[in-house]
Amino acid sequence: MESERTGHLNQEGQRDYTGSKMGMWLFLYTEFLLFGGLFLLYAVYRTRYVEQFHTAAASFDTGLGAINTVVLITSSLTMAFAVSAVRKGDRRRSVSALFLTILFGMGFLVIKFFEWKAKITLGLFPGAVEMFQLPQGEVIFYSLYYVMTGIHGLHVMIGVLVLVGMMFLLVRKKITEKDFIKIENAGLYWHLVDIVWIYLFPFFYLLT
Amino acid sequence: MEDEKRSDSLQSSFYASHGKFRGIFSWIFSTDHKRIGLLYLCSILSFFIVGVTLGLLMRLELFAPGQTIMNAGTYNSLFSLHGIVMIFLFIIPAINASFGNFFLPLQIGARDVAFPRINLLSWYFYMTAGILAIATLFAPGGPPDAGWTFYTPYSIITTTSISLAAFAAFIVGFSSILTGLNFITTIHRLRAPGMKWFRMPLFVWSIYATSWVQILATPVLAITLLMLIFERMFGVGFFDPSKGGDPLMFQHLFWIYSHPAVYVMILPAMGVISEIIPVFSRRTIFGYKAIAFSSMSIAGFGYVVWGHHMFTSGMSETARWLFSLLTFLVAIPSGIKVFNWVATLYRGSITLGTPLLYSLSFIFLFSIGGLSGLMNAAVATNVHIHDTYFIVAHFHYVMFGGAGFAFFAALHYWFPKMTGRLYDETTAKIGWLTVFVGFNVLYFPMFILGWRGMPRRYFDYPLEFTNANMISTIGSWILATGIMIMLVNLVFSSMRGRNAGNNPWGGTTLEWQVSSPPPLHNFREIPEISRGPYDFS
Amino acid sequence: MMNSTERDAPIIRYRVYVYVWSCLIILTGLTLAAAYLEFSGLSILINIVIASLKASLVVWLFMHLKYESRLFKVMLLLAIATLTIVILITFLDVLFR
Repeated sequence: MESERTGHLNQEGQRDYTGSKMGMWLFLYTEFLLFGGLFLLYAVYRTRYVEQFHTAAASFDTGLGAINTVVLITSSLTMAFAVSAVRKGDRRRSVSALFLTILFGMGFLVIKFFEWKAKITLGLFPGAVEMFQLPQGEVIFYSLYYVMTGIHGLHVMIGVLVLVGMMFLLVRKKITEKDFIKIENAGLYWHLVDIVWIYLFPFFYLLT
Repeated sequence: MEDEKRSDSLQSSFYASHGKFRGIFSWIFSTDHKRIGLLYLCSILSFFIVGVTLGLLMRLELFAPGQTIMNAGTYNSLFSLHGIVMIFLFIIPAINASFGNFFLPLQIGARDVAFPRINLLSWYFYMTAGILAIATLFAPGGPPDAGWTFYTPYSIITTTSISLAAFAAFIVGFSSILTGLNFITTIHRLRAPGMKWFRMPLFVWSIYATSWVQILATPVLAITLLMLIFERMFGVGFFDPSKGGDPLMFQHLFWIYSHPAVYVMILPAMGVISEIIPVFSRRTIFGYKAIAFSSMSIAGFGYVVWGHHMFTSGMSETARWLFSLLTFLVAIPSGIKVFNWVATLYRGSITLGTPLLYSLSFIFLFSIGGLSGLMNAAVATNVHIHDTYFIVAHFHYVMFGGAGFAFFAALHYWFPKMTGRLYDETTAKIGWLTVFVGFNVLYFPMFILGWRGMPRRYFDYPLEFTNANMISTIGSWILATGIMIMLVNLVFSSMRGRNAGNNPWGGTTLEWQVSSPPPLHNFREIPEISRGPYDFS
Repeated sequence: MMNSTERDAPIIRYRVYVYVWSCLIILTGLTLAAAYLEFSGLSILINIVIASLKASLVVWLFMHLKYESRLFKVMLLLAIATLTIVILITFLDVLFR
């Protein structure tokens, strides 16, 4: 799935950057519509269970959600730095920017883990006995929360793995200022993951 | 003499350059679009035969009223698997992945697709999905019995291996997405110099439209099936009314993909027909731009009509009339195509070759299927015929009579280019006649059965439906015989057939300018294009 | 080895990225403030607008869409339009059932 990053050759046997980027963007559209299906479900159930969504959302820690938003936005910044640094020929700075990005990504996952854990100890997860005592709208809200942040978290994990791979390639000089399409496409993916979270944050933490 | 010439062309063809590996590995590790196209073709045909077998067994059960060769549960599994195999593993990738892979780069003057390695990866996804789907037969709990549509809530509570089947469809979705993004990038970036958009063959246009549908619709199926799996594993409750979920949302999400998927099946088929008809009537295609744009607008409209599968589901009245209206609109671009094909034939010098015979039957059968589709699109009629054999007849006429026949047409049309040999024309024509007759004997009675109220997906029926069901089952044997004749002829001809030469049909598109079979990198030099694709002057 | 015209997309300066980042942080603060102040029915709209502003900033500058050809922009619009239409039509069922 990730190998569309390998820049392909055009008719003259040259690397076709625009083509590679186009492939990546098209892949991002599929990701966008994948989450789109989930957002559609969220919107439908939100209109159906207005009150219960409010009550359930209020039980979330807005502070942690906000911190995670800042973490992910900042990781996008360092990611963008990494791409620009490579293109300026500064691979050392690129490696450290990537390293920071990976750290932020993992930090996001750690915070997410504790959030999930807190909810699960309260017995708020699909299939738990406690869930049956809740009104149906709240059950749906929690399920949406787990599925949407879970799939998003999976994307963060994949992103972190890809970035580790990119760092490896940078160190091995497989990514240079003349051949940077892999890191650029990895960056595109990372930013998409950020965008998804930009929407998830208000939907689950703020709309109380 | 002829044999020498042939061995020459084989020596220089892509069959001879096997790359790093030998034997089967030179195929399954190849990134050459022609080899991948043939890999797809062989695997698709294998799954087709599996699907045909399942269909034959179902028809056999329905030969006489009452339980004959299987019980109700087995029958449920059979129609579910028949649907899953035929739709996800046969008809969706049938023309797109096999002939699209082989001929798209050739037709636009490229050496390969944009991402050759992803292309191979997509075949691996496809095969994994195929194997998983077949594995459900032996999985604990037995094969899925909820139909290929996996409708909730039944698909949540049944103990059969729904999750595995849904996962297979999820994987095949990835394969479809990767093929789509590959083709769009190829068409945008790798056209030969001078190959402007309106100089592209219509097959390429149809693939382009199809690829967009694959990109924009398939992810929705992926997430829907994933949620179904979560539903079964963790009980998340999105589609479970007892937990506040809404089963209708499953139907919405499912058809948001699966209706556009219908156009993934039929658009490449229409592209094939638009290729064959000009060549066999030796005339420029009538209304090139109209056909090209109608492909795009079918893709566009096709995306917003999914609700016509849900007229009787309890959906709102507002949505029902809107979906009905939009569905009628799809008939316009489809009609444009049919009229343009017929107009192309008018006053042409027609050669009645087998590809054209299949194409003409396509127009005939697709028109019947399409017009019966309009009957389904009217809400009032739909309530009467919903979930009856009328629907079964309708979609077999469009899917099999349409996409399936175009697949056979493409198989014959491009056979000489792929193998470098000619098939036996007489046998091919006998095969066509048997398939055509068998098809109509099999499916036409279903229109009548459905109109009289026989519901689909039952292993039994009241006595008054006996005669039509018998005729239908006999038709299935004729059809299977025809398919066998066709395939045996093609397999035999690929080994023994006469040398085809580069351009046996006198085609004008680029694939006919290279030797048969094509050399490894398709073109010695990338051609410079200065005219439209169907210039027979 | 590479096609020079495509490689010459401008390298964006670090400073621009920092500006974008500051905007994103400020907008995050704004959503938090909006949630705190409670605009009841309007709050959904406000949140979606702010989130979309943030997303556009990321797409436009972090993802360099500004410097891509028009084709890329049209393609993105196509994807967004598709999802919007699908959601709208689904709501014709959900709201009027």
